[in-house]
Amino acid sequence: MAILVIAEHTNDALNGATLNAVTAALAIGGDVDVLVAGSNCSAAAESAAKISGVNKVLCADDATYEHQLAENMGLLVSDLGKSYGHILASATTGGKNFMPRVAALLDVDQISEIIRVDSPDTFARPIYAGNAIATVQSSASVKVITVRGTGFDAAPAEGGSAVVELINGPADAGISSFVGEELASSDRPELSAADIVVSGGRGMGNGENFELLYTLADKLGAAVGASRAAVDAGFVPNDMQVGQTGKIVAPNLYIAVGISGAIQHLAGMKDSKVIVAINKDEEAPIFQVADYGLVADLFEAVPELEKQL
Amino acid sequence: MKVLVAVKRVIDYNVKVRVKADNTDVDLTNVKMAMNPFDEIAIEEAVRLKESGVATEVVVVSIGGKESQEQIRTALALGADRGILVETGEKLGSLSVAKLLKAVVDEEKPDLVILGKQSIDNDNNQTGQMLAALASMPQGTFASEVKVADGQVAVTREVDGGLQTVSLKLPAVVTTDLRLNEPRYASLPNIMKAKRKPLDTKTPEELGVTLGSTITTLKVEPPAERQAGIKVASVEELVDKLKNEAKVI
Ligand SMILES: Cc1cc2nc3c(=O)[nH]c(=O)nc-3n(C[C@H](O)[C@H](O)[C@H](O)COP(=O)(O)OP(=O)(O)OC[C@H]3O[C@@H](n4cnc5c(N)ncnc54)[C@H](O)[C@@H]3O)c2cc1C
Ligand SMILES: Nc1ncnc2c1ncn2[C@@H]1O[C@H](COP(=O)(O)O)[C@@H](O)[C@H]1O
Repeated sequence: MAILVIAEHTNDALNGATLNAVTAALAIGGDVDVLVAGSNCSAAAESAAKISGVNKVLCADDATYEHQLAENMGLLVSDLGKSYGHILASATTGGKNFMPRVAALLDVDQISEIIRVDSPDTFARPIYAGNAIATVQSSASVKVITVRGTGFDAAPAEGGSAVVELINGPADAGISSFVGEELASSDRPELSAADIVVSGGRGMGNGENFELLYTLADKLGAAVGASRAAVDAGFVPNDMQVGQTGKIVAPNLYIAVGISGAIQHLAGMKDSKVIVAINKDEEAPIFQVADYGLVADLFEAVPELEKQL
Repeated sequence: MKVLVAVKRVIDYNVKVRVKADNTDVDLTNVKMAMNPFDEIAIEEAVRLKESGVATEVVVVSIGGKESQEQIRTALALGADRGILVETGEKLGSLSVAKLLKAVVDEEKPDLVILGKQSIDNDNNQTGQMLAALASMPQGTFASEVKVADGQVAVTREVDGGLQTVSLKLPAVVTTDLRLNEPRYASLPNIMKAKRKPLDTKTPEELGVTLGSTITTLKVEPPAERQAGIKVASVEELVDKLKNEAKVI
């Protein structure tokens, strides 16, 4: 049976996480269709049609889907999804928001944040903050799954030539509405997709001191992340939190500065290829996962590091 | 306005679990248990709504074995008015939990249901959204601010790109994120008082819910261990290693 991948997008452009979800779908096997639900979203639909391996793009272009409210996405996707064997979405805050509604409306369990496909009905997913990996088998008629981006390579964004089919969905559920948003804008690479990530923790002391990390990041072409403690203290906004309940990253290089290495933080970054820790406490647990540990005061080490690059 | 809060008994967040030698599950023998941290935030929010005069009653519900009474008592000590334990010895998936909560919602008819965004054991992040769908309610997930007024609730949500605010018609479901509030500690007098607050027990059969799951766990394994690394003596050595050994810059 065919697989439906729900695209994550901004109406104008496709979000990179969709490419990882398509790879997971291709690993399951079968025709892969992509749903782009939005408003004035033809540009995103055309990008989806170009993804290598995609069979068909369904485009629900309607004001109802402008902000992809979960109530409306749930109705649309559960209706369309009935004729598919699997429904996949990225485990972003978008996918996490509407996919459980889809599963409940279809009366099936959802499998969250898979990192591996063993067969069309068997998947691996981390539990307990990544301290265990469960292999689970699903007997559901429709398998509703969210995909952790770091578990799968991105499918090539070019090379496909799928047809785009316009579809209509159910009317607005009428119980929720979009009020506004405050989106962070940055010229730096996106945290979940960056090659290098520099993250700061409580040790940074305050928000101004994060400038040290921004300067270092710009020299490295890196994204900047943070621990929960740094976000809670108001040093940086919530979208920078890396961890069990924040973003999951797996860059080539992760530099943790003034971060102790709590299990909840490690859950979000311990699959990075190379980990560097800069911390003045030589007992800090972060050193147990760091390939290169530097016991030093960050206010001396970070400017020095930036100078030597 | 009545607020219903769902709390789950989970492993304490400070404990690092180990996988059992036979790879069937994680080992929870003699492990410290506690209320799911996101549910503490949910209780706190409900109690604040009551303290500010918006809510009139806070009901707390937990699904699990008898021992989950402990977490209900904690919630009562934090300010909830009464508790409901849906007692079952079965290990349930989020869909079954959502169905049981839906049955409780049908009986209690709350105006607002607050859950945590995620259990720190199974890391599902599903139950609130499933309950909302089953009850045909709107949802405000990953909330960092909740404002109730005029039959609506405005929820500011922590999303990947920043913050988003939605307005929901009551009754509605809210799931909490870390920045919604800072939970209080229960005082000794309140812990004593909580012992006398009502706590009802129900069974899934009484609620008319058939439990079941489409998911079977085949095995549980430890994650790939990282090789222990080295300590470098200086920034210079670090840069050299990154360039010439790891070749990542
Ligand atoms: C439900 C739940 C979910 C959570 N989710 C997450 C999550 O997603 N992500 C996350 O990160 N955390 C999460 N946490 C929090 C986590 O448990 C830790 O509290 C948090 O990661 C600690 O952040 P930190 O390392 O920045 O702070 P701390 O633990 O306070 O560590 C600060 C470190 O900085 C070092 N330091 C201080 N000054 C200097 C200096 N001048 N130079 C060098 N080093 C210095 C110190 O030695 C120390 O090791 C969660 C917790 C709970 C309960
Ligand atoms: N057994 C349970 N009893 C009560 N509430 C639960 C239970 N399981 C999950 N929940 C609620 O649902 C939230 C999300 O859980 P989950 O979908 O398992 O990640 C939790 O934070 C709780 O508020």
